[in-house]
Amino acid sequence: MTDVTMLWTAVYIAMLAAFTGYVVISRVPSILHTPLMSGSNFIHGIVLVGAMVALGLATTPLEQGIGFVAVILGAANVTGGYVVTERILQMFDRSGKKPKKEV
Amino acid sequence: MAELSWLIEPVYIVTIFFFIIGMQRMSHPLTARSGIVWAGAAMLIATIVTFFTPNLTNLALIAIAIVIGGGFGYIAAKRVAMTDMPQMIALYNGMGGGAAAGISAVALLGTTTATTGSLAVVGGLIGAVSFTGSIVAFLKLQGWMRPRPITFPGQHIVNTLVLALAVISGVLVIAQPSWIPLSVTMYLPLFFVLSLGFGLLMTLPIGGADMPVVISMYNAFTGLAVALDGFSFATPNYAMVVAGIIVGAAGSLLTLNMARAMNRSLSNVFFGAFGATEEKGVAIQGSMKSIEADDVAVLLAYADKVIIAPGYGMAVAQAQQKVKELTDLLESRNIPVKFAIHPVAGRMPGHMNVLLAEAGVAYDHLFDRDEINPEFPSTDVVLVIGANDVVNPAAHRQGSPLFGMPILDVEQAKNVIVLKRGQGRGFAGIENDLFYRDNTRMLYGDAQESVGKLVQAIKKL
Repeated sequence: MTDVTMLWTAVYIAMLAAFTGYVVISRVPSILHTPLMSGSNFIHGIVLVGAMVALGLATTPLEQGIGFVAVILGAANVTGGYVVTERILQMFDRSGKKPKKEV
Repeated sequence: MAELSWLIEPVYIVTIFFFIIGMQRMSHPLTARSGIVWAGAAMLIATIVTFFTPNLTNLALIAIAIVIGGGFGYIAAKRVAMTDMPQMIALYNGMGGGAAAGISAVALLGTTTATTGSLAVVGGLIGAVSFTGSIVAFLKLQGWMRPRPITFPGQHIVNTLVLALAVISGVLVIAQPSWIPLSVTMYLPLFFVLSLGFGLLMTLPIGGADMPVVISMYNAFTGLAVALDGFSFATPNYAMVVAGIIVGAAGSLLTLNMARAMNRSLSNVFFGAFGATEEKGVAIQGSMKSIEADDVAVLLAYADKVIIAPGYGMAVAQAQQKVKELTDLLESRNIPVKFAIHPVAGRMPGHMNVLLAEAGVAYDHLFDRDEINPEFPSTDVVLVIGANDVVNPAAHRQGSPLFGMPILDVEQAKNVIVLKRGQGRGFAGIENDLFYRDNTRMLYGDAQESVGKLVQAIKKL
């Protein structure tokens, strides 16, 4: 793919994705703002797969070092983002009648 | 494992589909919990198939890094108290930004075309800014750094200069003009140092009260950086592109909604150094009058209508369970109790809703600012539990740093009881007129203890 075609493909994708993000969040009650911020924080943890590829294709020690740190950061973004969101949303779960006591 | 590489694209497409479904479900209270599980499953399969990328080496290093980072993220997030969630979101967001900056750095050290290089530079800049900016936000909320705005003369000029230099060095990284006898290994560190520095400088002058908006904006930044970095590879990573753009768009909208809830423009948040300046020449009339729990109990027990306005102090004192007890007790005496939830009460929008939901207070008891404000004049007792800036009537007075911020008009109630640890100021560092009003009484002490005393005293009546 040439650079120019790639750029236009990117613009199409960006437009549709931006619209999706906008629509998904446009009618959210304010009560869910924090979990959604946390949830979208988790979703950009997809940066992990990019970091994995960057490290996996790295050749020089410098590239490997930076890639290694990037994978650590990305992995922390993923697990931390998931657990935080899960813990916040747990409180919205009305099926288990007794909320767990925080210590 | 390269023979399985054909799996990558279809799995990424499924991942994106799950992400969208997950976010969709997270936007409704009833399905919210399952939303994160959908997104989590998608992330897991995406991570696994990425190992099938052709020519991938350093597999052991990748695995070790995932264990270290993932382990830290998991343990820290499990251990942290519910009240500290806002800064954890900031921290993990910063890490995502840092990872994006790292990907850009690796890409720029290798071979890039003008297009992929430019996208990597922009992604690197945004990612680096999000990284240091989020870390400052984390430090301020965690209390490891002074939460009030840090300002110095000529700050805007210095910040603009640093950003301009970062952009120029970024251009040099791509263009590498032959008339400057320096190699890319010289520009690249300079570019990242300047970008990281700008994130730091940009966040220092922002006060703690504005942090929710800032975290949300850096969240959108990281999303954008991830999307741009998706193009920095030989074959574009569309999972990163699409997920990043979705977060960027959703995050931007969320940021605007939050800023609107505080009646503040984004430029005001970023350049206003909110709370740094003291209002001059306005002496507050009256004095602060304290009250004992027993007297408050009498007021409550014989009230016709009670409204509770919670704030960050309730979160700190972990008083939500006691508040729920008090609510049940008053309702058993046929006294209607409502909760007035300011959009930015606590450290982020929805913070109070989350805590009250945790304690088992039903949704239909919670009212937002516009719904509840007309009710204050007909209310006998308002309990302000650890809220400060969001109930400060100074917001109605021109010249106050809070001027224009929509507040809960609790001062219109017949009696206002403020539960407060001591005589300190709110997060914005501004004196609160409410505490000096004739119809206001202060009930000093830890909110959990105070509400506990109220419950005991009412039971005896």
